Amino acid sequence: MNLPLFDPHEDPGPDFAALVRLSGARPEPPPGTFDDAAVVPHGTTCVAIRYADGVVMAGDRRATAGNFISHRTIEKVFPADRHSGVAIAGAAGPAMEMVHLFQLQLEHYEKVEGAPVSLEGKANQLSQMVRNHLPAAMTGLGVVPIFAGYDHARGAGRLFQYDVTGGRYEEHDHASTGSGSMHATTVIKLGWRQSMSEDDALELSLRALLEAADEDSATGGPDLLRGIYPVVARIDARGFTRVADDDLAQRYEQILEQLREVRS
Amino acid sequence: MTMPFYVAPEQMMKDRADYARKGIARGRALVAAICSEGIVLCAENPSRMLRKVSEIYDRIGFAGVGKYNEFDQLRIAGIRHADLKGFSFSREDVDARSLANQYAQILGNVFTHEMKPMEVEILVTEVGAAPDEDQLFHILYDGTLVDEESFCVLGGEADAVTERMAERWSAEAGRDEAVAACVSALAGPDRTLGPEELEVALLDRSAERRTFVRLEDAEVASAIAT
Repeated sequence: MNLPLFDPHEDPGPDFAALVRLSGARPEPPPGTFDDAAVVPHGTTCVAIRYADGVVMAGDRRATAGNFISHRTIEKVFPADRHSGVAIAGAAGPAMEMVHLFQLQLEHYEKVEGAPVSLEGKANQLSQMVRNHLPAAMTGLGVVPIFAGYDHARGAGRLFQYDVTGGRYEEHDHASTGSGSMHATTVIKLGWRQSMSEDDALELSLRALLEAADEDSATGGPDLLRGIYPVVARIDARGFTRVADDDLAQRYEQILEQLREVRS
Repeated sequence: MTMPFYVAPEQMMKDRADYARKGIARGRALVAAICSEGIVLCAENPSRMLRKVSEIYDRIGFAGVGKYNEFDQLRIAGIRHADLKGFSFSREDVDARSLANQYAQILGNVFTHEMKPMEVEILVTEVGAAPDEDQLFHILYDGTLVDEESFCVLGGEADAVTERMAERWSAEAGRDEAVAACVSALAGPDRTLGPEELEVALLDRSAERRTFVRLEDAEVASAIAT
């Protein structure tokens, strides 16, 4: 690989996506429609909940291709940078690539410019990426992310929801995406309180995914047999941290115990 | 049409080298030193905004002296090279040696083919798991690539700074001791340098992914005081 030097009038600046285009490292997909989008793995339900000190993000682990389960351990919640995270639903391949490019876009900007992108700027960058993906979305390979981050200027967590055309909507309390999002949202709406504690927010996110998995065949529940749990992360002033599986196992055990009591 | 005067190739190269050296000697010096906690990069730089030391990739740092616009252009090209390589291959495939070679090619090419050579001296450095795995690549204005051990001095009065640094450098030194050694080597016997005249960064050996951290003024002040 050679050293990418540009004339000043062609310089892509801190824009990594533009650099990738100019370097030809990622050719555009051929035009035309995808005949059978159902054979492509799709990821499903993700939620984000704002609490007193930040945001909790959670996503189930299932990917489906039509009526088959194509992966049991796919991850849909990722750090975008130190203080923000992104969760995705939709066609798994393009979604992973979008996250990868988004992460690099933020890191590349920070290194070239010597200062990080503002939280608002990050949300807008993601919106543009979803917008650029619209042609593929129209063939059934849509990607719909949620973006959440900790805003140091405000001292609070912030949430952004998107639609498939790149529309960007800031949410105050909670956001969700994917096929199970209707059921997950209902659970969150019933359980959400202003300035929740981190523990309560974590528990609510797990309950939301559990109920979504109960109603939606494309959403995976906790797999106690194989020890597969959702990917859950908290984003607060200290940054993005993933919650350990052992911790999640204990929390699920408590939730299931409560549900057993209700039924006995 | 008049014929240009004949200039011997030796003379032409010497003129170019003198020109580049003069430009570099005008700037202030910079020291990079391997220590137990990582690699310390320490530059005498009164500007808060125009950086001489910066991050290229997870474990790779960059430092430049001489003409700012020229080494900054190289810095950004290095970040682009590293990020593109990490995107197309994997993060672990990005290494300082290949980047240093690329820089040497460019500088060598500019030195022989362009109107004027670049008035810069740069350093590409990669922190390893242990001090003996650390790499310091020193690249001169004409593309000469030197693989340095222990520490490396760039810029004006490099010989005097190197001599002073050799007296104080030790592989077992921690971050603060290494910073103190670099600062006293830069300052020399007749001057003292405060944190506001210094730009100091560390490639932190123990960090998990991005190892480059800038030291705050207070941290630099307490390191110098040790």
